[in-house]
Amino acid sequence: MSITLARRRVIPGFGLTMGFTLLYMGLIFLVPVGAFLLYTTTMSWDTFWHAVTQRQVVASYKLSFGGSLIAATINLFFGALLAWVLVRYRFPGKRLIDALVDLPFALPTAVAGIALVTLYASTGWVGQYLELFGVRVAYTQLGVVVALTYIGLPFVVRTVQPVLEDLEAEWEEASASLGADRFTTIRRVIFPALFPALLTGYALAFARALGEYGSVVFISGNLPFRTEITPLLIVAKAEQYDYHGAAAIGTVMLVVAFAMLLVINGLQWWTSRRHG
Amino acid sequence: MSIEIDRVNKRFRDFVAVDDVSLTFREGELTALLGPSGSGKTTLLRIIAGLEQPDTGRIRFHGEDTTDLHVSKRGVGFVFQHYALFKHMTVFQNVAYGLTVRPRATRPTKDEIKQKVMRLLELVQLDWTAHRYPHQLSGGQRQRIALARALAVEPKVLLLDEPFGALDAKVRAELRRWLRRLHDDIHVTSVFVTHDQEEALEVSDRVVVMNKGRVEQDGSPEEVYDHPANPFVYRFLGNVNLFEARVHQGSAHIGGIALPAPEYADQRNEHGHAYVRPHEIEVFARQEHADALPAKVELVSVVGPAVRLELHTDASDALVHAELPKHRYRALGLSQGSDAWIRPLHSRVFLPDERVLNG
Repeated sequence: MSITLARRRVIPGFGLTMGFTLLYMGLIFLVPVGAFLLYTTTMSWDTFWHAVTQRQVVASYKLSFGGSLIAATINLFFGALLAWVLVRYRFPGKRLIDALVDLPFALPTAVAGIALVTLYASTGWVGQYLELFGVRVAYTQLGVVVALTYIGLPFVVRTVQPVLEDLEAEWEEASASLGADRFTTIRRVIFPALFPALLTGYALAFARALGEYGSVVFISGNLPFRTEITPLLIVAKAEQYDYHGAAAIGTVMLVVAFAMLLVINGLQWWTSRRHG
Repeated sequence: MSIEIDRVNKRFRDFVAVDDVSLTFREGELTALLGPSGSGKTTLLRIIAGLEQPDTGRIRFHGEDTTDLHVSKRGVGFVFQHYALFKHMTVFQNVAYGLTVRPRATRPTKDEIKQKVMRLLELVQLDWTAHRYPHQLSGGQRQRIALARALAVEPKVLLLDEPFGALDAKVRAELRRWLRRLHDDIHVTSVFVTHDQEEALEVSDRVVVMNKGRVEQDGSPEEVYDHPANPFVYRFLGNVNLFEARVHQGSAHIGGIALPAPEYADQRNEHGHAYVRPHEIEVFARQEHADALPAKVELVSVVGPAVRLELHTDASDALVHAELPKHRYRALGLSQGSDAWIRPLHSRVFLPDERVLNG
């Protein structure tokens, strides 16, 4: 879109708003990320490669990406279920639950981490009973997944909820009148309509989990090779004045996360383009 | 397949939507359920479909009780006002939907489905849209696709809820004539809901007029138009003028004129209302007849080939509407503010308590 074309638009202020947007994006986002990438390029290829392929680092990638994917997948199912219950049924306490969904946004993640570790430690309220079945949550990879699931809870719910509310009841009625049973209606009519929103929620929950630090450090125990997440490693490197190592690992995370989000967004664009 | 509605009641909290309605729709007939909004016509249609459960009463298809049968098992084709096409599916997939969701044992093969869908799309003259998505079609085209989708499952009855309500006037008129022709071809028992009296009179074999959850009149289009059962039906089917009348021994006296009202031969000096349609009022520029009422032209509006006059007369509380052909209006030489004379050609008289007696 050229500027001259924009000048003839009905809504004024294109120059001002666009200018502000660019400045804002620049200060808040592009400059920090750019500087960080620039800093990485000052390293030699060998140093970089060495920094990002240490066994301890590779183990943390597996946990971070794997744990985030698992947590986002759990949130995908239970978030969809929660959204469904909140939209479709009336029950006492509905507004309360609706409000609670946003709590992981507001609660400091450290508080969440401490609360989770208190609950799930082998002496905690929940942990002591899980211990009976030989299930340990605190200071294990399972604990990392629990924390990542907790902080990603709102995303799928909040993206699916409005779409579900707007879903026409007539679609379901039409499907039923054509002979479809309830399950078929959900599979062939409701699910495809929710799919783009589910995908968005999934991407957001995944991205959020990948960047999470505060709650995980409390519940994971940070054992090298086992329960150490990548963001923690970056912090550890930075604290040891190994800025190059921290930047290198950060770059890997940035590139991989960006690539994955690009794929998910591409998928979403592809599905929504078909439906118009 | 005939449909029998047997003493059906339905309430939504305090609101009585359907009030003890009994009706029978004969096999192969196209019936219009006509009424203002809130008259219960859509609720009744949804009860027939099984999208709504009646509080009491039964629904029978061809003698078989279907009241407790789920909508998916009832074999009805339902067409919604806003089409309710699945927007993530192509036109072809939409029409094929009812066939593809069948259990594997009764599902036709891919080729059979394809043939049938294409045949239906040809029937609704939209075979060229098979691979488009609903949002790429106009409203009238979408509604035809919705109809094809409903017909694909070979329904025993076809139910249409304000099928042309969301379309503009020209498309509406085209589509309802098309529906009439289609019905003449396929002859499936059909019920459609409308609040448009013109639509009901033009398309259907039979008109059921509803108001406040009850059936006001049930008959052929001519019957309900020419012989409305009560003031409500009279008013609802077209414009009407209301005159204060004195009913005495078989005639209705309006101002200085008397009109025949043979059904009230036994009444003496009763007060009643005479209903006269605008095109049944003659307008004169001079007092050519002794039994004409003096009036004054308040407003003239030319609507295509017709001219509508609003006249003030002492015999009616409201302005009297008269409609006449343009050439007749020109010959009269009337204009806004002129004095005129009017004469009702015939009227239908209702006594104030008759509504209660009829109900």
